[in-house]
Amino acid sequence: MSIDRREFLKIAGASAIFALGGMAIVNDIVKDNLEASQFSPEPGALTARKWAMVIDMQKFKTEDDYKKVINVCNSIHNIPDFGNPKDEIKWIWTDTFEHTFPGQQQEFMPESLERMPFVMLCNHCDNPPCVRVCPTKATFKRKDGIVMQDMHRCIGCRFCMAACPYGSRSFNWRDPRPFIKKENPEYPTRTKGVVEKCTFCVERLAKGLMPACVEASNGAMIFGDLTDPNSEVRKALSSNYSIRRKPELGTGPNIYYIIGGADNA
Amino acid sequence: MLDKALTGSRRYWTWVLFLLAVIGVGFIFYLKQFSYGLGITGMSRDVSWGLYIGQFTFLVGVAASAVMLVIPYYLHNYKKFGKIVILGEFLAVSAVTMCILFIFVDMGQPTRIMNVILHPTPNSIMFWDALVLSGYLFLNIVIGWTTLGAERKGFPPPAWVKPLIYISIPWAISIHTVTAFLYAGLPGRHFWLTAIMAARFLASAFAGGPALLILLALIVRKLTKFDPGKEAIQSVSKIVAYAMVANVFFMGLELFTAFYSNIPGEMHPFDYLYVGLDGHAKLVPLMWLSSILAVVSLVLLIYPGTRRMEKTLAVACATVFISLWIDKGFGLIIGGFIPNPFDRVTEYWPTMPETLITLGVWATGFLVLTILYKVAVSVREDTAGIEIEH
Repeated sequence: MSIDRREFLKIAGASAIFALGGMAIVNDIVKDNLEASQFSPEPGALTARKWAMVIDMQKFKTEDDYKKVINVCNSIHNIPDFGNPKDEIKWIWTDTFEHTFPGQQQEFMPESLERMPFVMLCNHCDNPPCVRVCPTKATFKRKDGIVMQDMHRCIGCRFCMAACPYGSRSFNWRDPRPFIKKENPEYPTRTKGVVEKCTFCVERLAKGLMPACVEASNGAMIFGDLTDPNSEVRKALSSNYSIRRKPELGTGPNIYYIIGGADNA
Repeated sequence: MLDKALTGSRRYWTWVLFLLAVIGVGFIFYLKQFSYGLGITGMSRDVSWGLYIGQFTFLVGVAASAVMLVIPYYLHNYKKFGKIVILGEFLAVSAVTMCILFIFVDMGQPTRIMNVILHPTPNSIMFWDALVLSGYLFLNIVIGWTTLGAERKGFPPPAWVKPLIYISIPWAISIHTVTAFLYAGLPGRHFWLTAIMAARFLASAFAGGPALLILLALIVRKLTKFDPGKEAIQSVSKIVAYAMVANVFFMGLELFTAFYSNIPGEMHPFDYLYVGLDGHAKLVPLMWLSSILAVVSLVLLIYPGTRRMEKTLAVACATVFISLWIDKGFGLIIGGFIPNPFDRVTEYWPTMPETLITLGVWATGFLVLTILYKVAVSVREDTAGIEIEH
């Protein structure tokens, strides 16, 4: 069979497209991709096999206790304040029991509990749906369990926001920089069009410091290695009844809540 | 063959200029969105996908529906579809073009879109969607262009197209299945977490796409000398009728599961869409309009008299199209986000810039469609009367 130039170009072009596409996939599957978390930690850095947090709601007494943990996060991470819910970006925030644990509210709960604000942040899940759906690996899970976001790789498709059952992710609907009250030069600001969320303060852990909210919480928020039976989190969990947000979804959330009795307010 | 699109009547050029004007307006507003960010749209932290992704979802269905012509013609040798099948293939090309554009305008960082290929992630459904959509676009351009080119010269299409045509059949099913999987695999979004999502998508696609095709075929016949064939249109109308019945049936299955089980998470999105939730009811009139149009279309399509008369068939097809556009291009996406993960209601409505950008993308699709149809119709007018053995 003889082919003319036109036919040849058609076949050559089609082959090239298939070959390039195929190579990209094979490369990715075969090669052991370098992960950001493979660098050896700084001496003095806090490390764990699986970070987790226990929030003891009994220890949040006044409005000020909440403000402290939220404000410190907002200020050190350059979280903008747009003053409207449409553009809102939040890493740590509060809501009532009914909206923190939808479907778990009881009809005749103690009033104090019903009105009490609960602290919410990213659950750094064992099986994070956000990581599963991300088409660019811009959101990924580190070996210590922290779910991270690469702001330079994110294409802003917001698939992760649809996938997260905890509403933990925020999108930069517009340039956040003019809305940062006082910029912290130690931490990067973000650009419009990318998704962000709580990082368990990786930048502080690397320096041997506890997450900022934990430090500001006066012991109400406990942070540690869930795989270590002697860690503070394990001690808190073995001596108290705790609950997690939507554990039935199989995501394996790593934020535990100690609710306590009616005397907590 | 593209030269055929460069000569046309005054009416043709007026239409092309009109589309270019709409594209121009959309493009200007896209530049605005590009500099300001997606905050220019009605989307928010709670409803993080809106009109763009809705249009994308709907149009994947329109694209997939070409298979409803390809199967009878190429697998069952149903000759009556000989003339209309090219309209289906070119409609698919136009629809996939719009899909890709709608994804593009929805990106927060559009300049990084190649990251999907640079960092291929097989565990992400979006990766597969990008693959199958671009593959489907490629298949339909190659198949449509080659068969038409051969026809122009009075030859049967080359043998190597046949395998591509056969591949395009499961491929069409795959694009809409994968698109359904974007939604159907997300934990915590009750409205989307349903095993019949892909089946529902295909049913609505096979109703909405061919309905649009009938309307286009009627327009082509009216404006040009090319006749896709009365019998072909009648056969397509039966496809629309069956698919629309299946679509409404599937919808009924969803309603039964949600309301008989009485699980709040299952019921709330339906409540929001059809009666309102916690005092929020922005979408209720639209959703009822969709339901009423669906019933009207079913009556017109099932009763043979109205289906056979082309005037009423056109009305039926328009009602199918509008009904499904509301249901899938709007309600399905918004409903999935309401209530939000905190069991609160944040409503969504597209803004003016968002709407104009959307219209711009539709105009781009129609421009592609106009050019392709112009080529197809011109070739057919030239070769009118010549029968070619396929």
